[in-house]
Formats: sequence, structure tokens, C-alpha cells
Amino acid sequence: MTSHNGGVAELKFRDPGRARSLADALTRVVGEIERSPVSIMHVCGSHEQAIARFGLRATLPRSLNVIMGPGCPVCITDVPEVDEGVVLARQGVRIATYGDMLKVPGTSLSLADAQAEGARIDVVYSVAHAIELAKQVDEPLVFFATGFETTAVATSAAILRHPPSNFYVLSAHKYIPPVMEIVAEMPDTRVEGFLAAGHAATITGWGVFEPFVARHRLPVVVAGFEPLDILAALVRLAELIRDGRPAVENMFPRCVTKEGNLRAQEQLWRVFRPIGGRWRGIAHVPNGNLRLRDEFSHLDARKRFDIDLHTLWDFAPAGLAQECICGDIMAGIKSPHDCALFGKACVPHSPVGACMVSSEGTCKIWHQYGGHPDLAVDSGPWAAGGRTDHESQITNHKSQVSEGGGRGYCAR
Amino acid sequence: MCLGVPGKVVSVDGSIAVVDFWGVRKQIHLDVVDQPVAPGDYILNHVGYAIRRIPSEEIAATLALYEELLRHPPEGDDLMAADIQSEIHGAADDQS
Repeated sequence: MTSHNGGVAELKFRDPGRARSLADALTRVVGEIERSPVSIMHVCGSHEQAIARFGLRATLPRSLNVIMGPGCPVCITDVPEVDEGVVLARQGVRIATYGDMLKVPGTSLSLADAQAEGARIDVVYSVAHAIELAKQVDEPLVFFATGFETTAVATSAAILRHPPSNFYVLSAHKYIPPVMEIVAEMPDTRVEGFLAAGHAATITGWGVFEPFVARHRLPVVVAGFEPLDILAALVRLAELIRDGRPAVENMFPRCVTKEGNLRAQEQLWRVFRPIGGRWRGIAHVPNGNLRLRDEFSHLDARKRFDIDLHTLWDFAPAGLAQECICGDIMAGIKSPHDCALFGKACVPHSPVGACMVSSEGTCKIWHQYGGHPDLAVDSGPWAAGGRTDHESQITNHKSQVSEGGGRGYCAR
Repeated sequence: MCLGVPGKVVSVDGSIAVVDFWGVRKQIHLDVVDQPVAPGDYILNHVGYAIRRIPSEEIAATLALYEELLRHPPEGDDLMAADIQSEIHGAADDQS
């Protein structure tokens, strides 16, 4: 492991000494688990960004797999949900949505494709921005609402402020805790513990994971986003796995309490109810989708408009899409490098699957930052905290993130 | 992104605050945050809504990650820095 740990001091840690001792502790604790490999899953695009951005995988013991699960809200927005937005837009209804949704593939068309055909789609940073747009026009405006609970609370707060009568919501919001249950039960995943995302837990509180831990006997550790926060959380999670102690631990107390933000939860559950539904490529997730309660059906685009998905059936689905393994990647069964399309037919400026569209998607993050240290030789550029040759090559494609046209906003 | 962005409250008018994010001022909604917010406080913004007031003793630790990522302007290949930049600039024109 020394070759791996050799690069810690070179990484951009605020406290290299602490990073080194955490990396050493992680290596020791994982070594004390008498199984290999040990798989840990996180469910947050920002965690994957930080892990990749700061080269954390180069400091991890080889026998530890840190997998990104279904933590990218754009990626798990299901095909029929995108289709609903596309059909509405093609019917002439004005749509507002977060920028990362534009290129997410539907059955045959993305919102960007519909836009190219002349459909009117506005990219917004916030639901509040969509409401401002609605106030300026005399026609219906549908906010295609995507994202996890952290984003759904903003939608619910906006709805409770009595938006104008021409404002409608097409909710594709998702709720993270139930999908952890699904992934935990997938036989091929073999995840032994979860890192929970600090800011989502700011809303829900860490207590929300206690029933999960009791049911599945798997530990959950709430983690922050600094490289040191993530390393410390990994050490704690590895200790819980080693000791066979399924428990919830909060390693991000500066942001997360047990009960969470009760005011936000009250608004979230007043406006939304959880129902079962598919997450793209993953599975049907009981209680994983957030839909408007009947009290707010006058705002529900699904009630207001006749959304006939059959109108898309004349369009053939993209052939390459059949080869996309995005779902297996988000389930932790495969990695982007198992995909024949990754970095070849599927690149950020021309994505095939949703995981390459979003700045929170595993494929886009790996494409951008280089992915896994197994790509490089042991003592190679990764160990020095630098970029691999592979990464240098692939980043020549350049991200579209900083380009204009709304791609800069991410749909959370 | 679920990272959100911390900012310093400049003024508060009812349920809306003007918040400074590294020199960029935005209107941020206070409907969701569960503690009273006053000028000088730091909040964590997510899509134009404050989701948390950051306790004063934790501000420095919270800002550190962002300071590191914002030290060098993203060149288009740093997703995380670009996401933070877009979160900072995203609602700058939000007049709601």
C-alpha cells in the first residue's frame, strides 16, 4: 500500500498530516476485515466529484471498492418521465427545467431535441425563477421538477407560496432512502455499508437511516464533502464493517442533526407523497418517487394536460442506447470502464446514457477526472496526486459544463 | 449538485434575503431554513433556497472546501469547481 499512500502529501488536503494518518488507518482497518474486496457505496454526485477531483481513490487500499450508487438525480430520472416533458413541449406547452435535464435521453428524443424542433424550453436555476417566468406570460408554464429531497423541498416551498394559476409542476422528484433498500438487496452488488450525503441528510436528519440499518444490518455513515471528511467517514464505516456493528454514525455534525430540518420536512411531506416508480436503469423503487398530493392537483401537469406518450412511438429509439450500462453502473455492479461506449461513442458533448450527461453522473465524472487508479500503474501519476496520461487524453474532449446555453446549471 | 453553496447574508426582507457569494449577490428564499436568519449570518444555499443557517463556529470549516475549489478559475475541465461557479452565478439574475 505504500505506493498508494505515497501521494497523499501531494493531494490538495488542507492538512496533509491528518490525511496521511486517515489513509493509514483506513488501510489498517480494511486489512483487518477478513474479506476482499470490501465494497462501500455512496449515493451522491458531489461525493463522487470530490473523490475524483481530489484523487482520493489513489489513497484507498486496493481491497476497498468505493462505488457511486444512484446518487445522480438527472441519471435516474426515468425515460417515461423525460418523455412526458418531451410530449408536453412538442404539444406546444412551455416548459421550464434545470439545465442538466436538456440532454437526458427519452425513448427517442431529449428535451434538447424537442427544443431543436422548435419547442419552447426555458432553463432555470431555481423553481422561483420558473415562477417568475410564469408571471410574465399569459399561457401555461410547466416546471419539470427533478432532483432529490434537497431540491424537492424548494419545489414544495414554492408551491406553498401560492404560485400563479398558469404555473404547473411535472414532478419527477425522487427520494433517496428507499433506493438504498433496493440496492442493498441486489445480489450482485454486495455492498457492505453506505456513505450518506451530508446535505441531503441536513434535510432528512441522520435518524432517517435507522430503520434501514435495522432491516438490512448494514452500517450507514453520514459524510461531508471535504476530502478529509470523506476519508474520516470511510475509516469509521470500515470500522463498523470490521466490527460487524450495523449502526448509523454522523461524521458531519457541523451540518447534520438526528432529526434534520423539521421545517423543510413539514413542507416536503405536506406537498408531496411518496409513491413507487421506476428509477432509470435501476429498478422499481417503492416510495422512491415524489408526486403532488391531491390537495395540489390543480398544479399537477399530469392532471391538467393529456400527455399522450404514444406520439413518441413513431420515433425509433437510438440504437446505441441499447448498449448503455448506466443502470448497472448506478447499481454498483459495473464500472464505466466495463462499458464499450465509454469515452468512445459516449462522451460529454455527445452522451448516449444519462450518466454521461450530468456533472453528477459517474461516467461524466470519471471521464473528466480520470476515474479509478487502476487505470494507472501503482506508483504512477495517480500516486503523485496528478492526472493520468489517460486522463490527459480524455480531457482533451473538454467538458461542456462551462459552455453557455444552460448546460452550466445542474439539475439536482 | 447536492453540495450547495454557503454565502453571507447582507439583508433580510421578510422571507427573502440578499446573500453575498464571493462578491456575487443573490436573492435567496428563507422559506425552508429552520432557524432565524439575520445580516451577517452564513447560510447554505441550494437552488435559491437557504436549507441551513451555518453556526458561526463552523463557518471557516465550511468555507474551506469552496475556497480551495474557487482558488483557480475552472478551465472547463473541473466539474466540481464549475458546478460551484454555476451555483454562485446561477441565480444572480433571479429577481423573484
